[in-house]
Amino acid sequence: MILSVCVGSSCHLKGSYDVIETFKRLIAERGLADKIELRACFCLNRCSDGVAVKADGNYILGVNGANAEQKFDDEILPLLG
Amino acid sequence: MENRLFDTTVQKLKYEVIKELIIAYDKGLDNGIFHDIPIKIMPGPHASLRCCVYKERAILQERLKLAMGGDKDNPNVVEVIDIACDECPVDGIFVTPACRGCISHRCIEACPKNAISIEDKHAVVDKSKCIECGKCTQACPYNAMILQKRPCVLSCKANAIKVNADKKAVIDVNKCVGCGACVYQCPFGAISDKSYILDALDIIKNSENNTKYKVYAIIAPAIVAQFNYARIEQVITGMHKLGFNQVVETALGADLTLNEEADEIKEKGTLTTSCCPSFVKYVQINFPDLFKYVSHTPSPMVMAGKLIKAMDPTAKVIFVGPCTSKKFEYKQDTAKDYIDCVISFEELQAFFDARGVDVSTLPDTYLDNASYYGRIFARSGGITEGVKALAAERGFEARPIAMSGLDECRKQLTLLKVRKSPYNFFEGMACDGGCVNGALCLHHGPKSLTDVNKYGEMAKEKTVDNSVKLYKMAVGEKDED
Repeated sequence: MILSVCVGSSCHLKGSYDVIETFKRLIAERGLADKIELRACFCLNRCSDGVAVKADGNYILGVNGANAEQKFDDEILPLLG
Repeated sequence: MENRLFDTTVQKLKYEVIKELIIAYDKGLDNGIFHDIPIKIMPGPHASLRCCVYKERAILQERLKLAMGGDKDNPNVVEVIDIACDECPVDGIFVTPACRGCISHRCIEACPKNAISIEDKHAVVDKSKCIECGKCTQACPYNAMILQKRPCVLSCKANAIKVNADKKAVIDVNKCVGCGACVYQCPFGAISDKSYILDALDIIKNSENNTKYKVYAIIAPAIVAQFNYARIEQVITGMHKLGFNQVVETALGADLTLNEEADEIKEKGTLTTSCCPSFVKYVQINFPDLFKYVSHTPSPMVMAGKLIKAMDPTAKVIFVGPCTSKKFEYKQDTAKDYIDCVISFEELQAFFDARGVDVSTLPDTYLDNASYYGRIFARSGGITEGVKALAAERGFEARPIAMSGLDECRKQLTLLKVRKSPYNFFEGMACDGGCVNGALCLHHGPKSLTDVNKYGEMAKEKTVDNSVKLYKMAVGEKDED
């Protein structure tokens, strides 16, 4: 799965880098490096619902440093199938 | 103040031409523009700037050619418009009242063109013969003859402008560093930069509303001192309306450049910056022995382009800045894979107005990609400040000097050449004060500096660390932590 975190201006201000760090940690801790490729991208055009994250074709919105782990478990992991 | 947007009428004329060109582009270009656009800008019947309206229009045709990319056989980014230069009003050799009417007439002896005669005991210069060589000024024991230099010649710190036998300015491409000082200084607008706005328009148009590929604008940090009639956030919204999918700060690339240059200086011991292409060219031409010290780190523009293309391989990247020299840098081998086009702030203003986008009425779009240090690259001393901070953090010795303008560069590089320099890091910028005073800024002045500092302090990121992490992730390098 390609997991893209928006680092456009709006999401950046809302904490993209915190989200990326959390995802990096979770992918390492859970040994998902061969299943999830973490990427950054400029703007997913969901500026008002940032931080925006895209997991393959699915949007996960309103992510931030504090809820990143929960969003990862609840919304991203199930998509791995 | 007649011009709301610009310092001078010359800038405004260039802007008018580009604006009309964009309007014509939107309707489908044809050769009729060479007839129509000059008439639209100078409707006549009376001339407002030159001897007659026909000459005004003829010069506008030349400006239009430059707006469309200029002479393809001339590799320089600046060109002389011969017919506009013809009227340069500076007198050259001028006999002042200090002429005592002496009897030795050393001035006449010194003149290689027999241009000086004596009338009523005093020296008189025949302007049709004088070639402004200045020999008489040195010969006169009373210093009564002065050589008034042309503004273009005075402005050119690279000594690349000469006046030919027809009295027209000629640029020596082997000496010109493309800084654009003459473009801004020539009071007749006879030297002008080429525009690649048509390429930019094609890139945007062919993206088919950013569906075929995405168009990214990377804006130079000097932009904060521009478009003073609106907020920077409104300018970003306006750029989206013009068809840019994304607007990213070039200062993000500056963070990456700073990070790499800090490592480079640690390794090499002595280093000059490489972000100003005119400075790099100046070293290459005038101090070839010192060229080995010029950093191999790509410029912020190139780093920003590299980052974007690593994240989005089909992206097209257009740099928007204050600078003539970025217009040649992007065509060099080191940049051409990462930057697709370069336009200026002047051209961006023309673009807004051609499309009827009044940015002052628009809502805000956030702009925040880079750190404090990346943002202050726009002014002289910015890189120096960044290097000092990284040196303290990474434990190496930095003795930096900020060289603002080519005169200062020449002074410091001469000391380095003779091994008398106390410094080991040389920040070189061709424009006095740095990019914020770039030749293609809409306006120039001391306020610009304050604007850049304020903008720097507003950055969310206070260090370059996160920018560097982002880059590593984008290019697939592992973090050290």
